[in-house]
Amino acid sequence: MNKDMKILVVDDFSTMRRIIKNLLRDLGFTNTSDADDGQTALPMLKSGSYDFLVTDWNMPGMTGIDLLKAVRADPDLASLPVLMVTAEQKKEQIVEAAQAGVNGYIVKPFTAVTLKEKIDKIFERIDAAK
Amino acid sequence: MSENNHVNEQELALAKEYVSMLESGNAEAADNILAEITDMRESQLFNELGRLTRDFHETLNSFSSDDRFETLAKDDIPDARERLNFVITKTSEAAHKTLNSVEESLPLCEALEDTLKKLDEEWEKFLSKEMKPQEFRELSIVIKEFFNASGGDVKAMRGNLNDILMAQDFQDITGQIITKVITLVSEVETSLVELVKLGSKLGMKPDSSEKNKKAEDKDVLAGPQVPGLESETIVATQDDVDDLLSSLGF
Repeated sequence: MNKDMKILVVDDFSTMRRIIKNLLRDLGFTNTSDADDGQTALPMLKSGSYDFLVTDWNMPGMTGIDLLKAVRADPDLASLPVLMVTAEQKKEQIVEAAQAGVNGYIVKPFTAVTLKEKIDKIFERIDAAK
Repeated sequence: MSENNHVNEQELALAKEYVSMLESGNAEAADNILAEITDMRESQLFNELGRLTRDFHETLNSFSSDDRFETLAKDDIPDARERLNFVITKTSEAAHKTLNSVEESLPLCEALEDTLKKLDEEWEKFLSKEMKPQEFRELSIVIKEFFNASGGDVKAMRGNLNDILMAQDFQDITGQIITKVITLVSEVETSLVELVKLGSKLGMKPDSSEKNKKAEDKDVLAGPQVPGLESETIVATQDDVDDLLSSLGF
């Protein structure tokens, strides 16, 4: 896993964006940017050559699940790994995210250990598939 | 009940008389008895209607006379909304203050860690007598610089920790506000229960098409779970999420 990879963190609450960015920095990922909803994130993803997307679900404007679907529908972004970090924990929502092609799903509140585990797992699989 | 029984007996007596008049061929007397029975039924209906009207009137009067409803809708609920918005502002401010202090302190910790590691290596070299006098002189300068710098850094960290401590004062204020809003919600609940009772007294039934609207409304996300309020469609922990995902082939 490349520690210099470019990561976009999307959450409507700026405190949560800061927490996630700090946790990522602690894990050695310093190349991070952030956006406050899907509408802001999508153009950034399209023009920014990001390697990894971490997104919340419930956001005004464009939700995380719609952002995920938009990413999977875009040929240039379709293979971008996406980790969802959300307070939504209804079974049908998790299934919906899985069907939409999410790579990992973390429910809030979460720990630094969980974040590390899920990121490791996502990139282990991607590396194994290469 | 006793009144009802009494009325029934009266009706029964009249009905028997009605039959005997018909059998004896006295049509006029029979018609009179029938009219008497009809009058009796009508007056019962009017009495019941009168009672309902009185109840309705009294209840409406009691609602308008304490004008609690008006105050709730016009003042208390908008007021609660403002207060809850203030809670969001206060908690957000506290979180940012804390994050600022943490972000300021972390690089200081990292620098301290790095310098300590370097000094430790140098010191080991000195203890194992591998250090030349010139190197030792350089080391003593580095140590002096470290003392000077780390004093300031530790002071800054102490300040940041104090700021984090003070940022927790939001809990007191937001706790008080939320307690007030909970009281208001209970009051609204009581008033609504009164209204529902009044409605059912008057024979109103809730529209069943509205009944399951909340459950069907898929656009509203469920949001964060609260301990004690979990439902069956909710997965409780990250482990449950992992299990569900692995059952889907993840």
